Amino acid sequence: MNQATRLLLSGDEAVALAALTAGVRLGTGYPGTPSTEILEYLDQIGGRAQWAPNEKVALEVGLGSAFAGARTLVTMKHVGLNVAADVLFTAAYTDVPGGLVIVSADDPGMASSQNEQDNRHYARAAGVPMLEPADSQEAYDMTLAAFDLAERWQIPVLLRLTTRICHSKTVVATRSPAPPPAEPHFVRDIPARVMIPAYAKPAHRRLRDKLTAIAAWNEEQGPNRVYPGDRSLGIIASGVSVAHAREAAPQASLLALGLTYPLPLQRIAAFAASVERCLVIEEGDPVLVNELRAAGIAVEGKAEMYRFGELTVPRVRRVLAGDESPEPVPPRGKPPELCPGCSHRPVFEILSRLGCIVSGDIGCYTLGVLPPFQAMDTCVCMGAAIGVGLGLRHVLPEAEARRVVSVIGDSTFVHSGLTGLAEMVYNPPSTGHLVLILDNGTTAMTGRQEHPGTGRTLNHEPTGKIDFAALARAMGIPRVHEVDPMADDAAFAELISSLLAGNELALVVARRPCVLAAPHIRLYEQAAAETHANRCAAAPTE
Amino acid sequence: MNKVTNVVIAGLGGQGVVTFSDMLAMAAFNAGHDVKQSELHGMSQRGGSVSSDVRFGPTVLSPMVPAGEADYLVVLESTQVEVNRGLLKPDGCLLTPELIPEGALRNKKSLNVAMLGALSAVLEIPEPVWLDAVHAKLAAKLHKVNDQAFALGREAGAALSRPTPSAED
Repeated sequence: MNQATRLLLSGDEAVALAALTAGVRLGTGYPGTPSTEILEYLDQIGGRAQWAPNEKVALEVGLGSAFAGARTLVTMKHVGLNVAADVLFTAAYTDVPGGLVIVSADDPGMASSQNEQDNRHYARAAGVPMLEPADSQEAYDMTLAAFDLAERWQIPVLLRLTTRICHSKTVVATRSPAPPPAEPHFVRDIPARVMIPAYAKPAHRRLRDKLTAIAAWNEEQGPNRVYPGDRSLGIIASGVSVAHAREAAPQASLLALGLTYPLPLQRIAAFAASVERCLVIEEGDPVLVNELRAAGIAVEGKAEMYRFGELTVPRVRRVLAGDESPEPVPPRGKPPELCPGCSHRPVFEILSRLGCIVSGDIGCYTLGVLPPFQAMDTCVCMGAAIGVGLGLRHVLPEAEARRVVSVIGDSTFVHSGLTGLAEMVYNPPSTGHLVLILDNGTTAMTGRQEHPGTGRTLNHEPTGKIDFAALARAMGIPRVHEVDPMADDAAFAELISSLLAGNELALVVARRPCVLAAPHIRLYEQAAAETHANRCAAAPTE
Repeated sequence: MNKVTNVVIAGLGGQGVVTFSDMLAMAAFNAGHDVKQSELHGMSQRGGSVSSDVRFGPTVLSPMVPAGEADYLVVLESTQVEVNRGLLKPDGCLLTPELIPEGALRNKKSLNVAMLGALSAVLEIPEPVWLDAVHAKLAAKLHKVNDQAFALGREAGAALSRPTPSAED
């Protein structure tokens, strides 16, 4: 291994680099901590990467690309896979000739998420293979392995990362690029890709056969490894838990699983039989321990208290010792807050003053729930602001119903708000409703990514742009206003009050660029204007 | 012998905690160590508490410094000392911004690099390796002011005492 091929990379960067090395033709996804940097880095190192409006569309685009025979990477955070699940479950039945690798970046401990769901369940529910790297080197190696697996069995592969894998930098030894894959070409295969019942019934059986074959391969050749140690204690682990367990119990024998679905059950049974006591160390739900026990393998799991939050070396030591005493609570740091000068501040001041019931959504503006505003009453998932707001309006007594406002960010609106507007026009509450789009011109929370409402692509070049006001009018919303929330406080408050008093459907686009994004946006606009001017100058005159 | 050096860097969003961490990890990597660096993005960007772990040595396993095992705790904002003190081992070395003489920095934004300079005085990584790592993370026009900050910190750090190596190694 020579020094030139060793790099210090985050797990996200390692996945992008491996994808490029594997000849990936397209990377697509929706920004979401901790997955966002994968596509940004892929773009930076010369790959083709683009943001989709949401994860479902990203996976559909990725599936099409892979149906054409191109190696394709689709990235999202764990909750994004809920949005893309409709695609995933049936894509699993199809034959996908180009390697399709889907990154699910889970967030145990909820560093920046609304839940800590464990997406290992998705591999089992949809019936797709899952790889779980333990550090950046494995993220790199397993991304390469994922493309090979996906192509060999023509099946989408889930690469499950967690926050500590995505955002930890560790040393990676890189490999030379693979020979370039064949040019994309569409080969018609109707029974393999048109999932009507007549074709889906045999396809379901084919899927289970593929999984049986992959399990057999995993027994002999899967990316699983034994760290030999003392016979008295054996540990089975995957992902970052491998690193924690090796540090917490350096003397133990350890079986590190890389391809965690379908499991190499014979190999695991042999390992368990070779040690006196066998313990499963896993973050999140008891997925592995339950599956091993169901297969008749005698293993111990962790106490229920360790289901919650991330594992750490000290927590693994406690699990090993069977310690269920209360854990020390670390002191709380300073909570985040809306930036000084943030355009969301006046909006939440007004909503707070008017005593609104605020149906909120996911983004920076969710911080409107914290003091001094405390102006948010619900926040569940992307786009829920509109549907939840409508539900509240439908059943609350009139005086309360009139106080309900749906607040949604620009990127979140494009992600999942359009169907909410359709519902609003189709089933309008008797008191009408008010939707506020807080348009700060960027996906701010995840680090200022572009989206279809900004009119710029992932690498900040001009492209088509969705006009929210025109869209709302076209969908049949009678009262549509565009305002700068910082221009005139009193006028803005008066507008909100009057819309709440009326019985009409209303949508207000409160538009002002994010203070952090504004200087960057100015540069992108300047660059676009210069390119345009140069093109005009170069154009032949008549 | 597998002595891992554990460093935790803490501060508030916008203070350059992650930049510090990147520079330290890069310097340790270029000095030939195995390195793991870990931090949490996301909500921390909005002015809240931020911390980052850097571990280096012959072989590093977990990317996170176990609570109570940090050899060095570097804090960029005084209010964050108590929140993070529990991460430090009993005879660990605490570096606070008071190390840097009041008004000595030409640009207050260079505090993170000055603190890196202070830490560099007690770690066995050659000075040119540190400066390369600082330069690699910053635009060329910022090199001069940060070189000055690093030198200032390195001088201040010379008086720090090193923690004793862990017994388990």
